[in-house]
Amino acid sequence: MNTQPNHANDPSLLELWYNGGLDLTDHLYIPVEDEPQPAEKYRPKHNDAVFARHLYRYARVFNVAGTVLCILFSLLMILTVANLPAYGDPDAPTVNEVAERYVEQGTAETGAVNTVAGMILDYRAFDTLGESFVLFTAVAAVTILMERKPKKKVRRAEVISYAEDDIVRVVSRFVIPIVLVFGVYILLNGHLSPGGGFSGGAIMAAAPILYAMVWGDEQASRVFTARRIRTVVVCALGFYCAAKSYSFFTGANHLPSIISTGTPGNIFSAGLIMPLNVAVGLVVCCTMYSFYMYFRRGSI
Amino acid sequence: MITAFRLILLAGLVICAIATALTKNLMRSVIIYTVYGLLMSVVWLLLESPDLAITEAAVGAGITGILFFLTLRRIHQIDKDPDHYAHLDGEGGDDEHTA
Amino acid sequence: MQELLNHLNNLPFNYEEAVAVILFAIGLSMLLFCRNLLKKVIGLDVMDAGIFLLLADRGYITGRTVPIIVDGVTEMEYYINPIPAGLVLTGIVVSVSVTALMLSLTVRIYKTYRTLEIDKLYIMMTNWRKGERE
Repeated sequence: MNTQPNHANDPSLLELWYNGGLDLTDHLYIPVEDEPQPAEKYRPKHNDAVFARHLYRYARVFNVAGTVLCILFSLLMILTVANLPAYGDPDAPTVNEVAERYVEQGTAETGAVNTVAGMILDYRAFDTLGESFVLFTAVAAVTILMERKPKKKVRRAEVISYAEDDIVRVVSRFVIPIVLVFGVYILLNGHLSPGGGFSGGAIMAAAPILYAMVWGDEQASRVFTARRIRTVVVCALGFYCAAKSYSFFTGANHLPSIISTGTPGNIFSAGLIMPLNVAVGLVVCCTMYSFYMYFRRGSI
Repeated sequence: MITAFRLILLAGLVICAIATALTKNLMRSVIIYTVYGLLMSVVWLLLESPDLAITEAAVGAGITGILFFLTLRRIHQIDKDPDHYAHLDGEGGDDEHTA
Repeated sequence: MQELLNHLNNLPFNYEEAVAVILFAIGLSMLLFCRNLLKKVIGLDVMDAGIFLLLADRGYITGRTVPIIVDGVTEMEYYINPIPAGLVLTGIVVSVSVTALMLSLTVRIYKTYRTLEIDKLYIMMTNWRKGERE
């Protein structure tokens, strides 16, 4: 796939910078003389050729101003960085009592061995809920922008069926379950080891994407229909909302939570963290797969 | 030893970022950006944050790269599509300069 | 002068943060000077990575390990700061949704104007607006 056929006549970046962009004066729409011009709307002082020249000149001003801004900004930031406490300093002000509390009492309070998971899904669970809704909103916006009816007839020569290729078919039959199992492992072990909803969901999304690549979009959309994806996302988000509001009603303000934290280190421990991880992972997985399908064919 | 490794990784990050900016071919630029994401995930590992490393390797290198490639493919398709509807063909836009 | 040098005395230790700033500056200059919309989106991602690197560097503490509690050791002096890791984890996933949104906008722009070069786009949009007014 070659999206840029010829670069021979393209100006270099330095030239572009110096000239302030391409010279596009001759591409401008300049009305022909014979065209009747309404007298009250025709302003000779502001015609298009003059406008193009102005644009060209201001582009150069913009480039100089932008360069100065970039350099000034970098110098300021470097100065700030030089004034920060040294890298890896244990007495830095970022290592405050909040971090201490998360590390020292996080396991006892949330039951999660992985402090980061305990932090983002228990202490700061509303943050993660908002982020799941950010993903949901992004999918909605991409749907609005990219939705199109799939073509009725696709020319047969354009379709490359990778499923007819022996190597690709056998290898992907072997790889897709492994990817799925690895994603589920990372998802379910989020409170015990590195991982969790976001990474596990993104790895899980690789499996349906590979399926759609090999067996074709139509086959994939028959398996993962829009209705199923919608149901999974809405159920996961609804479960997250319900679970966290339950937790806030019972466990907030230092009231003891009804759900026991269990033995730290067991797979069924840490209260609500594992189900919430699964919910977030399902949302991320469906989001990434929907992104793929919308960019690929314009509908799920 | 670990400092040298870290310096090499950081230099690789800066080189990848500059190369992404200076490459004219969009396809190559996206591939270099994917390499940038992978280097970033190794840097997360050195910073003792394996959560970030896993997420960056899956999201930053995998999903973002796929999205960029699909965008390039879509643009290519629009180029090939004969019955597209463009408002401004004619005087304003010229078809041979699309890229 | 001596005072300024005193201010800069942490720069040799903070080289990783300096690299993060440089990455941010490269992303910013890509946003400002690249003429292609797709390059601008890549520049935004490079900028994102620079910010995340700066944040995660602030949480790192030399000689300490991942905040995963093993063998019941819960003292803070064995683990790094978990807060920046959580923030960056949130940020990475938000950045990919922003990227997807920007890319779909880019595809729509290409569908309508058949170009991604910002100069041509600007001129075409101006022409279009003038044509509509008349």
